[in-house]
Amino acid sequence: MYDFAYEKPSSLADAVASLKANLDSKALAGGQTFIPVLKQRLNKPSVVVDLAKLNLKGITVTPTTVTIGAMTTHGEIALSADIQKTLPALAHMASMIGDWQVRHRGTMGGSLANNDPSACYPSALLALDGTITTDRRTIKAEDFFQGMFTTALEDGELITSVSFPVPEKAAYTKFRNPASRYAMVGVFVAKFAAGVRVAITGASQSGVFRHTAFEHALSAHFAADAIKDIVTPANGLNSDIHASAPYRAHLIGVMTKRAVIEALS
Amino acid sequence: MNAVFEGIGASVRRKEDLRFISGRGNYTDDINRPNQAHAIIKRSDRPHARIISIDTAAARAAAGVVAVFTHVEIEADALGGVPCGWQIHSKDGTPMAEPMHPILASGKVRHVGDPIAVVIAETRQQARDAAELLEIEFEDLPAIASVRDAIRPGASQIHDGVADNTCFDWHIGDKAIVDAAFARAHRTVKLDLTNNRLVPNAMEPRAAIGEFDAMSQDYTLYTTSQNPHVIRLLMGAFVLHLPEHRLRVVAPDVGGGFGSKIYHYAEEAIVTWSAGKLKRPVKWTCDRTEAFLSDAHGRDHDSTAEMALDAQGNFLALRVATIANMGAYLSTFAPAVPTYLSATLLAGVYKTPAIYAEVRAVFTNTVPVDAYRGAGRPESTFLLERLMDVIAAEIGMDRIALRRQNFIPADAFPYQTPVALQYDSGDYQTTLTSALKAADWDGFPARRAKAAARGRLRGIGCSTYVEACGIAPSKLVGQLGARAGLFEVAQVRVHPTGSVTVFTGTHSHGQGHETTFAQLIADQLGVAFKDVDVVHGDTNKIPFGMGTYGSRSLAVGGAAMVKAMDKIIAKGKKIAAHLMEASVEDIEFAAGKFSVAGTDKVKTIAEISLAAYVPHNYPIDEIEPGLEETAFYDPQNFTFPGGCHICEVEIDRETGHVEVINFTAVDDVGRVINPMIVEGQIQGGVAQGIGQALLEHAVYDSEAQLVSASFMDYQMPRAGDLPNISVGTETTLCTHNPLGVKGCGEVGAIGSPPAVINAVVDALRDYGVRHIDMPASPQKIWAIINANALPLAAE
Repeated sequence: MYDFAYEKPSSLADAVASLKANLDSKALAGGQTFIPVLKQRLNKPSVVVDLAKLNLKGITVTPTTVTIGAMTTHGEIALSADIQKTLPALAHMASMIGDWQVRHRGTMGGSLANNDPSACYPSALLALDGTITTDRRTIKAEDFFQGMFTTALEDGELITSVSFPVPEKAAYTKFRNPASRYAMVGVFVAKFAAGVRVAITGASQSGVFRHTAFEHALSAHFAADAIKDIVTPANGLNSDIHASAPYRAHLIGVMTKRAVIEALS
Repeated sequence: MNAVFEGIGASVRRKEDLRFISGRGNYTDDINRPNQAHAIIKRSDRPHARIISIDTAAARAAAGVVAVFTHVEIEADALGGVPCGWQIHSKDGTPMAEPMHPILASGKVRHVGDPIAVVIAETRQQARDAAELLEIEFEDLPAIASVRDAIRPGASQIHDGVADNTCFDWHIGDKAIVDAAFARAHRTVKLDLTNNRLVPNAMEPRAAIGEFDAMSQDYTLYTTSQNPHVIRLLMGAFVLHLPEHRLRVVAPDVGGGFGSKIYHYAEEAIVTWSAGKLKRPVKWTCDRTEAFLSDAHGRDHDSTAEMALDAQGNFLALRVATIANMGAYLSTFAPAVPTYLSATLLAGVYKTPAIYAEVRAVFTNTVPVDAYRGAGRPESTFLLERLMDVIAAEIGMDRIALRRQNFIPADAFPYQTPVALQYDSGDYQTTLTSALKAADWDGFPARRAKAAARGRLRGIGCSTYVEACGIAPSKLVGQLGARAGLFEVAQVRVHPTGSVTVFTGTHSHGQGHETTFAQLIADQLGVAFKDVDVVHGDTNKIPFGMGTYGSRSLAVGGAAMVKAMDKIIAKGKKIAAHLMEASVEDIEFAAGKFSVAGTDKVKTIAEISLAAYVPHNYPIDEIEPGLEETAFYDPQNFTFPGGCHICEVEIDRETGHVEVINFTAVDDVGRVINPMIVEGQIQGGVAQGIGQALLEHAVYDSEAQLVSASFMDYQMPRAGDLPNISVGTETTLCTHNPLGVKGCGEVGAIGSPPAVINAVVDALRDYGVRHIDMPASPQKIWAIINANALPLAAE
């Protein structure tokens, strides 16, 4: 990595001030993406502001809402008895991220702020119609994701927590990239009284997206059969050595079907 | 005393593991020398380009920089290029094209990763910073990644003077006899196949530290090598022009090699030479991306195989044509891999009477390719064992019956193949029978039906193979083009109180030699296992050695130990005869005791060694004091492990994902010293074989950029990708080495890939699939299923 200054403020205001004051500053959450990027010299920050002392950890579960502090790790989410009970699909998703070492360091806030097009959480946030709370405002999921590695966050804006409405039923299924184990296609299906939302990660060139054709069909009839004749178009989907766009399009159907079956089980 | 048996045949726990699993190994990167500087290698990001200029001024002026060297300084010091250790001659008798392989690129870069300059600074960070300040102007040239593109008319020429990018065009076997057999054949079966390119990816990346002592003028190189003496020879004699007594090479703990650490690499010469120029130690440690771009890759063969058969399914003749990718330069043993390590195995376990093989080796703008676990034998085994299943399907014969009918029978050994090798022993029917039973082959149809009921496609496949290891008789390999001998050396030192140190020219980089060899010594000399230490990896300690590769350590290195121990015992008998006032002819040695035949007189080996080192009462006129012997052992032949691997898979037909359900290996590796270590070696080899078959692929794009240059895109096998691997052995002894051992390090990687692919093809039999090239990725399987859409019965 390149040399940089390191700060570890103990208040949110100080952290935000520090990020604002320094051009090319970067926030460090769990570092599971950022530190490898630094080590490969793909990023040259002037200051790295470590968020570890900001008290942004914590899980609050009510019958209608799950709220998770931005610095809560995937491991804590995966092992939370409250989340396992109230929103098991989210705990299950967290348990499938990386390996134990990654899950013990990586954070939900860090992952969402990074908006890697192959990350898992964006699909949960979008399908559950969650809300991001930052140091200055709240942002709805629909408005938050703005294409791969791009979000609505302003310079120096920090996610403090994320809240998810509790659905009637939900499930996440993931077909892993064989090498990286990121989502090659990840599907989060959430059934609410108002209808079904389906969010797909890993597949599209523009990051996480809602599959409206599936949503209409599943809102009308929440069963695997409901989507069996819907063909997902391949255009706009990623194509790489592991999966062509048509293969990803096919997997979206398969993994959605499996998510519906799992949600119903 | 009820001592636990720790000799030959005991599953003694590996004594080195405490060190390794508690983080107390001593790897090259753990070593830091006083006042050392750090080197960063600036590598080409272009696959093929002319170097117009290199401006080092800014880098030299950067903070902490000690030196920046390019080809200019290398050429001023008249250093040699990286040498090749094996010379192949083409069909027409001309020697292979052997273009200069400069240690820092001169004139041109020929692959992404080609070293251009070395930046040496007080810290690694400073060296890295300064390396970014190098200004290199290139003129890009058309780049070639695939062997087919390399030989296309009008293809860009990678080396001056190497027409058609062809290194050699070699052949073996009798073409006329083979052509005649094809002409009269009842039918022929032909198969085109590719052996996928792999990146070895040892857990420990390469590292090297050069050191120079201005007083003695001695150089030391610490390096991640499987064969320190070979590095001393190649680097000293050919690159740096240093005599052996001025150059010490140390290969301390090494974290995996799989072949990739056999070769002499430019970085070793760069740090050693730089240390001499700068009069201070210079350290270089590779990072993982650099490893992808600079460690020799493996495999990458394109082949066409054709079998001629009679009406009863007997093989009449085999014809094979292979194009082998050498990469941009010739790595140390690269030319031997597709030729004498692969084409000579094309008889396999079959009595095919006539074989003709052609191998064309070509240069491309890719990382050099060399031996990787199995080295040529996985390629020939994959070719043959895929061909077996295709033949069986096409002539309508059971694939097991076809194999059995064509096996070399157990009573036909020694068996001379039509492609140079003479197998000394083996029993292929027995290993097959044993594996079929262990894998419950006969019960498969029921398991397939059950899987189908769950909506899954289940397949089973087998491979019956033989390989050649224990490389090899020096005279023979010399005739075949090796530029070195291939013997092994052991020095056995019995200390005054009877403990033993054995110095071996082989090298352990995960194989457990410290345990296996200690067992061998303990067993043969009758001393306690705990009283034996094994020393390897230092040219200043070990008399000589050719190192560890080709599963040779026990078959060749262990045999050298037996020879040295024979000398110890012979000398001990003389000492014992003197001490017990008997005739030497009457002294017997067994279980660590010298006894006088027919009496109860006995002396332990400890008593004999004490007498040898405290020779108060000693036949000093007849023999020297001390009890230490050195032996050089040159084998009479290769060894020929073989066996049968059976793989059972299930395919998710919606996603194309292949799950390996069961894997059974029954191997004949000759006598087994430590069954637990053999099991581990075979399981490790099978893991890599499953990796090759299903997961691993070094992918170059058409511009010769390595697309899979990190673990984000290169899929190493993980524990979760692997089934329980059941290992069994059926033993026939090697007839020409004193232990009867054959070698077990590579059989797993050699036998397994075709078993996996045969299982995958079997699972997809309803889809009309004839062959699938490796890796059988989910995408590839799905494409097959999708293109041959059958109704999805489960829906």
